[in-house]
Amino acid sequence: MNPGYFVSQLLQTLLAVFLAPLMLGWVNQCRAWLQNKSGPGLLQPYRLLLKLFLKDAVIAHNASWLFRLAPYVVFSGMVLAVSIVPVLATDLPFSPAADVIALVGLFATARVFMALAGMDIGTAFGSMGARREMLVASLAEPALLMVFFTPALISQSTALTTIVEALGHRELTLYPSMAFAAVAFLMVLLAENARIPVDNPATHLELTMIHEAMILEYSARHLALMEWAHAIKLMTYISIGIALFVPWGIAQAGDWAMMPLSVGVLIVKLALAGAGLAGLEMVSAKMRIFRVPEFLGMAFLLAVLGMLTHFLLEVNPT
Amino acid sequence: MSLSFTNQLIDLMAALLLLIAFAMLSQRRILRLIHLFAAQGLVLAVNTFIVAYAIARPELYISALITLVLKVIVLPWLLHRLIDRLNVRWDVETLINIPTTLLVGIVVVIIAFNLALPISHLAGTITRSTLGIAMASVLLSFLMMITRRKAVPQVIGFLAMENGLFFAATSATYGMPMVVELGIGLDVLVATFIFGIFFFQIRETFDSLDIHHLEKLKDK
Amino acid sequence: MSGTQLLPSIYLVAAVPLFWIAVGLIGLAHQTQRAEHARLYFPLGAAGGLVLAMAAYPALSGEVHAIVLPLGLPDLPFHLRLDHLSAFFLILLGAVSAGISLYAGDYFALSRYGNVRLICLQYHLFLASMAFVLLADDAYLFMVAWESMALASYFLVTTDHEVDEIRRAGFLYLIVAHIGAIAILLCFGTLQLGQWNYTFDAMRGNTLATGWAAVAFLLALVGYGAKAGFLPVHIWLPEAHPAAPSPVSALMSGVMLKTAIYGLLRVTFDLLHQQIWWWGVAALTLGLLTALFGVMFAAVQTDMKRLLAYSSIENIGIILAGTGLAILFHSYNMNVLAALALSATLFHCINHALFKSLLFLTTGSVMHATSHRSLGKLGGLIRSMPWVAAIALIGTLAIAGLPPLNGFASEWMLFQAFLLTPNLPNTYLNMLVPVGTAAFALAVALAGYVMVKFYGIVFLGLPREPLAHAHDAGLMERAGLLWLALWCVVLGVLPVFAVSALDPLVHALTEGSLQESMRKSSWLFLTASSPEKASYGPLLFLLGIVLVWLATFLLVRRFYHGRVRRADPWDCGFAGLNARMQDSAEGFGQPIKQIFEPFFRLERSHPSPFDARPAYFSRIDDRFWYWVYVPVIRLTETLSALVGWLHQGRIHVYLIYSFATLLVLLLLIQ
Repeated sequence: MNPGYFVSQLLQTLLAVFLAPLMLGWVNQCRAWLQNKSGPGLLQPYRLLLKLFLKDAVIAHNASWLFRLAPYVVFSGMVLAVSIVPVLATDLPFSPAADVIALVGLFATARVFMALAGMDIGTAFGSMGARREMLVASLAEPALLMVFFTPALISQSTALTTIVEALGHRELTLYPSMAFAAVAFLMVLLAENARIPVDNPATHLELTMIHEAMILEYSARHLALMEWAHAIKLMTYISIGIALFVPWGIAQAGDWAMMPLSVGVLIVKLALAGAGLAGLEMVSAKMRIFRVPEFLGMAFLLAVLGMLTHFLLEVNPT
Repeated sequence: MSLSFTNQLIDLMAALLLLIAFAMLSQRRILRLIHLFAAQGLVLAVNTFIVAYAIARPELYISALITLVLKVIVLPWLLHRLIDRLNVRWDVETLINIPTTLLVGIVVVIIAFNLALPISHLAGTITRSTLGIAMASVLLSFLMMITRRKAVPQVIGFLAMENGLFFAATSATYGMPMVVELGIGLDVLVATFIFGIFFFQIRETFDSLDIHHLEKLKDK
Repeated sequence: MSGTQLLPSIYLVAAVPLFWIAVGLIGLAHQTQRAEHARLYFPLGAAGGLVLAMAAYPALSGEVHAIVLPLGLPDLPFHLRLDHLSAFFLILLGAVSAGISLYAGDYFALSRYGNVRLICLQYHLFLASMAFVLLADDAYLFMVAWESMALASYFLVTTDHEVDEIRRAGFLYLIVAHIGAIAILLCFGTLQLGQWNYTFDAMRGNTLATGWAAVAFLLALVGYGAKAGFLPVHIWLPEAHPAAPSPVSALMSGVMLKTAIYGLLRVTFDLLHQQIWWWGVAALTLGLLTALFGVMFAAVQTDMKRLLAYSSIENIGIILAGTGLAILFHSYNMNVLAALALSATLFHCINHALFKSLLFLTTGSVMHATSHRSLGKLGGLIRSMPWVAAIALIGTLAIAGLPPLNGFASEWMLFQAFLLTPNLPNTYLNMLVPVGTAAFALAVALAGYVMVKFYGIVFLGLPREPLAHAHDAGLMERAGLLWLALWCVVLGVLPVFAVSALDPLVHALTEGSLQESMRKSSWLFLTASSPEKASYGPLLFLLGIVLVWLATFLLVRRFYHGRVRRADPWDCGFAGLNARMQDSAEGFGQPIKQIFEPFFRLERSHPSPFDARPAYFSRIDDRFWYWVYVPVIRLTETLSALVGWLHQGRIHVYLIYSFATLLVLLLLIQ
């Protein structure tokens, strides 16, 4: 493996990690514009992170080492995830470390640590958040796996690199099963990243929180890492969606000629996706917590339906 | 082996049809059911249009136009008026809960797909792979009729079933003779009117549109 | 050194159970203080376990050895055989029991009930009989060892026999074990095809007609299922495993269930060498249903050992599903895929043995420290029991199937096997198996939920009842726990070694092998058919996470600061927060109870505002008890009542019976 590959890997990781707050800022800015407000500016998340890093960490008296470890594990998990997903280029050195199943497992690890940290302090809010988060996860994770299996069946592989190459570098084909998978993926994205209609990321009412309730006790640098990890997770999910459903423009690792085009196309896609997400949030209302299993059940069944459609329409084309 | 572009479009329309059938199965609100029904009609019309273009049969263009007028404009408007006058905008209740309905739906789809495979080998049209999806939509609409408590969603299920049959006809035999098609269209229109009258009668008698009240008519 | 000078390892392997029996007998006779006794004999048993694992390891890839012992019936002496399958399960038995026995040394030294000499005998007899089950090469030794295993474990389960519930649990266990034993006996009867030769060699040589082969398979499924915990003969598991002392629960859940899997694999792949496709579908469906059942019930439990018992049912379901896949592929002669499915299943066997035993042992420590078993009374033990909490975290992460630990590695391989099913020739199967994959994914995800509940309620938060005297585990307990945790981590981070060690075994059973695909990739990456198609590198995972964590930690400290202040938790303006406001075990399981309500049988009574003493009662029952067992019990009682009519109680009637029998016999002999 030539050094160019490692440089691509490092470039992708650093770019994704440091641009993730900008992505979040863009989504919030779009939401503000859609609500006819002027918004806090694109760089607001960076200012928030800076403020949090400078503060003293205030920790409950009975917090254990798990509480202090969890933000680092969650952040590392997300950074690792974004290094594996082909954002800028395929065939990166880190990509054989995980295929789609391992990626889902990585998200699960980060989530379990967050849930355990939420339960660590022993308040009602933390355990409620942990319980709700694990409920959403236990339905969203199978749906996500099924969504990933449709492109895996099409490209006969579960390695993201191979999937992107199969879908992106072949001639243009419309796969109806991918249509099902796309709808299901969108629903899972909303659930896993705590967006409306599953969870309101801007809520201040503890009883309506899912994700926020788990990190309620965190402050300063721990909260900064958690928020940053949340932004990176959103970026990773959107990148996975782009890699699976609109993969044109992702370069080969080490292919420096394609790289500027790749970065440009990526920025355009991310901007469109962010605006789309903001628009979707504007037209939906947050669901009751017990409607969420139905929502995720629908996503799950749509994904399974996508796999079945693949067998009917795409395996033996007439 | 890649398919021609029109084949891919037809497959895509079929997939959208199945998606809408599933979405109707899981919908709670009657207004959204009507919108989904209109969307289904639109997908049907577009599909008929594409098939007409691909095999160059002019009568299918007319068929597409009739579908568009009837199923996307007239019927949804009639249904809209109906629910306005009946004042039935509330949530739909189901006999079994929605996740279980969806699970049964998946099993139904698997059965339909497997039943359609040998038949589609016999058919000679370009759209034969979509026969399975057509059968699945028919069965799913039937399932919708079975699992609803109120009368209006059952009617929409009936109309959606007719949509599925129309799609099956398009995919297996390139549409039906024009006479048959006009006849079916007229039947559907008349049926909707009669359903409307019936619903008013039911509501007069029982003060509610819950179907299980009809059981009271049984001789004891 | 030539081969003839070295004794085949079967002698060493067969000597270990004899050593265990000796330890048990000497321990029974030796009268001394409880603590001394336990701390002497159980570590001896642990040493035996280690020797067993090390002695059996060469046989995993070596030749097959068989010996005949001069014991047993006159025309059927005890045959012993050490082949690849036995070697694998013997390694499992040896390695896992080493950790458990070491822990048990401290545990039984400190426990308050039960006669430690008797426990020592029963425990070591249990271990020895399991070893003989794995070594047996004829039906007689197998059944003798199987029955002694059931009896020894029964006595161990009812150690604390003063408690009604525990006696009932033991009785139920004994009954279901014997129902299973009858089925296994009948299965062996079917396999010997009327030749009256009960050695496994003879059975291997027989070719059964399709109908009889199916009967044998179904009998094996029922018989071994009664010991392993398949639906619906799982009914004893959630009662017996919690009732037993924790090391015994660990041994039962970790090792005994696997001997049943060994039996199923031995009958299906070895004795019935050709399978039919619908066996695979039946096993797959039953396995997935068992897995979903187990995890759903685990989510609503309030007793930590019952939760782990239901989780065992779930994992056994997964193992059965993997076996079903292997059978399915093998019946269509897709041998490489069968090899993949079987490797995944066997890997999951040993992984489950490791992490389940680990978790049961930690519950033992928790029970010793707090004398509570109910989740509603525990909490916050991470502060008073740091070692146990840290090791339990490893066990929890492993069982929840999280990378980079071992649970995820075997589940990853199983997913790969599921994904390759579209190559099957039958179109119905093609479409049904993705639905099976969905069910498997759901079971795995719910397992994560269950384990967060377990760890969070026991170790995190605040104690729900005063637990001031909670103390950490003793030295030997820690050693046993660390041994098991170490293997969880090693197998998770370096799975390729385990899978390549399994390869000769898998090849012997399915004629397929993963050698090809392993050769294409390196020791770092686990792969299914080829590295381009799927690869997972757990070591890179672990290194990646650790590196980023260190980098972040150091960078944040360098550019900002690491100051910490302590304060009260956020109370939302409500001053009276206390430990009872955390989620109880019931509360944490409530969403699952609500979503999956049709599957539970709930009995609830809510307090009303008019009650003088409001009380809340809720009980979740297993529907299978009412569907299957209660009708059978009623039928048995009716039949017994009918037959009981024969007992008239008057002497004349009994004399008439004897007279009539005599007459009939005289007439017959004519």
